[in-house]
Amino acid sequence: MLRFALTRIALAVPTLLIVAVSVFLLIRLIPGDPALLMLGDMADPHSLADFRRSHGLDQPLPVQFALWLGNLAAGDLGRSITTGQEVLPLIFDRFLVSATIVVVAVALASLVAVPAGMLAAWRQNSLTDLAVVAGATLLLSVPSFWLGLLLLLLFGMKLGWLPVVGYVPFGQDFGAALAYIVLPVATLVLVEVGVIARMARASTLEVLRLDYVTHARAKGLSELAVMGRHVFWNAFAPTWTLIGLILGNLLGGIAVVETVFTIPGLGRLLVDAIFARDYPVIQGCLLFIAGVYIVVNLVVDLLYPVFDPRVTA
Amino acid sequence: MTTGTDDALLSIEDLRLEAGLGRVIAENVAFAVRPGEIVAVVGESGSGKTMVARAVLGLLPPPVVATAGRIVFEGRDLRTLPGSAMRRVRGARIGMVFQEPMTSLNPALTIGRQLDEGLRLHTSLRSAERRERIVAMLGRIGIDDPDRCLAAYPHEFSGGMRQRIMLASVMLLKPALLVADEPTTALDALVQRDVLELMVELTRENGTSVLLISHDLSMVARYADRVVVMYRGRIVEQGATDAILLSPRHDYTRKLLEALPRRGRARAVPTAEGAVIEVRNLTVDYPGRAGLFRKGRPKRAVDGVSLSVLPGETVAVVGGSGSGKTTLGRAIIGLIRPSGGEILFRGRSVMGGGGSREYRHGCQIVFQDPYSSLDPRMQVGAIVAEPLRLVPDLSAAERAERVRRVLSDVGLDADYADRFPHQLSGGQRQRVAIARAIVRRPAFVVADEPVSALDMTVQKQILRLFGDLQERYGFACLFISHDLAAVEQVADRVLVMKDGRIVEAGSRDDVFDRPQHPYTRRLLSAIPTLEPLPEGGFRLSVRHGQEALSAVS
Repeated sequence: MLRFALTRIALAVPTLLIVAVSVFLLIRLIPGDPALLMLGDMADPHSLADFRRSHGLDQPLPVQFALWLGNLAAGDLGRSITTGQEVLPLIFDRFLVSATIVVVAVALASLVAVPAGMLAAWRQNSLTDLAVVAGATLLLSVPSFWLGLLLLLLFGMKLGWLPVVGYVPFGQDFGAALAYIVLPVATLVLVEVGVIARMARASTLEVLRLDYVTHARAKGLSELAVMGRHVFWNAFAPTWTLIGLILGNLLGGIAVVETVFTIPGLGRLLVDAIFARDYPVIQGCLLFIAGVYIVVNLVVDLLYPVFDPRVTA
Repeated sequence: MTTGTDDALLSIEDLRLEAGLGRVIAENVAFAVRPGEIVAVVGESGSGKTMVARAVLGLLPPPVVATAGRIVFEGRDLRTLPGSAMRRVRGARIGMVFQEPMTSLNPALTIGRQLDEGLRLHTSLRSAERRERIVAMLGRIGIDDPDRCLAAYPHEFSGGMRQRIMLASVMLLKPALLVADEPTTALDALVQRDVLELMVELTRENGTSVLLISHDLSMVARYADRVVVMYRGRIVEQGATDAILLSPRHDYTRKLLEALPRRGRARAVPTAEGAVIEVRNLTVDYPGRAGLFRKGRPKRAVDGVSLSVLPGETVAVVGGSGSGKTTLGRAIIGLIRPSGGEILFRGRSVMGGGGSREYRHGCQIVFQDPYSSLDPRMQVGAIVAEPLRLVPDLSAAERAERVRRVLSDVGLDADYADRFPHQLSGGQRQRVAIARAIVRRPAFVVADEPVSALDMTVQKQILRLFGDLQERYGFACLFISHDLAAVEQVADRVLVMKDGRIVEAGSRDDVFDRPQHPYTRRLLSAIPTLEPLPEGGFRLSVRHGQEALSAVS
């Protein structure tokens, strides 16, 4: 187990390095000059050169890369070109905001979707099954920004129950913070619940067909014990992988939802940085997102043997 | 209160099973199982035998339902029993063992938990007492280290061991009736006998009756007191095993008995020609599981095997699961890269670079499982035509003609070409697989357990078809099987494999009549045979029974 984890972490290093190189090169391929964007078109050549020199942008690309990588190894992601803030704390702050929303949303979605999917499979071809499948398909096909806007209109504007836009940190005022994240969380839950429910239903159907389920029934176990002890643990493994993938994806930024609800999350930070050609922030964000993805997947893989002992870590 | 047949433990009366819109699965099913008795229900797939067994436990898979009749067990009609009462019968009074050892234990739970589950549910024993009972039972079924076994997961055991554990789990509760649905069909001959013998011992010790479901009449005949023969949802014949064997009355029973493979006359194979396939000192290793900085230790699957197959000859490779016989077959036709030795096709070495085109076209394979060896998205015509795509200068019309001809060779009408595999029965699928293998007129065909997934009567047809085709087209054949009865029918020569090595080789008659190696004798004694009697019936016999016993002890 420990060996497996260490191997996986060691293998993550080259992955991150490849991400670092491609991130570095790609953003420099995008047309646009941070100096021009910062100082405006009317800036004189002298101050432009000054700006470039102070941010190391006058160096050849390989030197810029080596410098960045060197700082990176020391844990320093540099400072934002636009605001001068240190990149790493900035990313952490914003990530915390996104992660709170995402983790709560994915947990809620799983808590709803997995039992719903299992119920649908258990009652295959019944009205319950039809309702779950139809509902899941409907939710799957609704784009998140549209759903977010609708929720805003209904609960924020029409009913006035919840604040419309903005964000309050949990440390500041718990009640207010809760009120602010209800709508973004609900949007994400509704979007993801469909995928997870369909997966849970499909893998439960697969397991229900197997002999050991009939064997469990032939032992005289109640349906609840059969579903809970024998079906759930086996059917959950593929769903668990999917939940991990969803979590990894969403933690990398929920830019659309964050934009709709004007939440200062990681996705917004990245989008804004791209518009501003804020190289250090873009590089830092993308690298961080890749890292999060790797860590989430590692955790998912490490937990996999819990559901399926045939997979030895 | 006793109803039904006087002293019966279980008596099924006029049972009718339907699926969905009045499709009858079984009707007028009536038989009884008396205390301590082993009753076998025999029939081919689709005969309804499994559904009858399931009905006893009230576990019919939807959409099948029982629509009429009674299932009287210990004086109560199980069909009218409410769910909670039925759950108290299941496991405690009626246990069930399934066919497929690979899927009948839950892979996510330890053996200990799965064995404990039933005891906890149906008895009021304390945890320590239950553990004691489980450990005793595991020792009883031949598990060396019961304590370790409790914490182990099913995948750590072989198929035969799992089936033993399955039996243990069911017999722990000492049920009055054991329903065993093809409990050994997925196992090889030796393991099959061990498991069945264990089942008979355990049930006898506890006075448990057995309802044994099987398609294999000779296997059943050895253990069952009475036989019920089912055909297309109806019972066509039932009675004491000896009586049925001696004078089968119904046509179908007779057909089943005659379907058992039987030795043909020894054929004269021309030896003047050179061998089609010659294998010298072949070795195949599977890499072990490797770590990041560590090479895994390889596992030797085939260890220094030499053999040759002459044109038109059938050489059978026999052995238990894990003996390396399948690996050998695959290595010979180039599907697995050997780690040592030499393979010659028509006298030329084919080692290195995957061999010549002539070799790859000249060697074909028929797989065991006709359900997974045909692409479900291709029509039969396309499946059979595929090998012809590499034939130069073959027009579409000629190709269609070749396909039509080969389909008729394997006994399928031309209109089968437009069907998909899922529209065919197991036997028809295997015919398609054979057509695909022979459409290019190969010189050499590997048949890897080609009939072991099929019903007895279908097995007979396929074996006969295979023999006919071989006579017509003269291909050489390596027939890989654990089923000695089938081997006896088709083979010219027999090789017996054990742990990757050939332990005995010889002509069919020599190996079957004068086996030299103790392992061969054990294999032979594991399969009961039904000898036809001159007056028309059959008699059960076991070959080399005494010798085998002395060889083991």
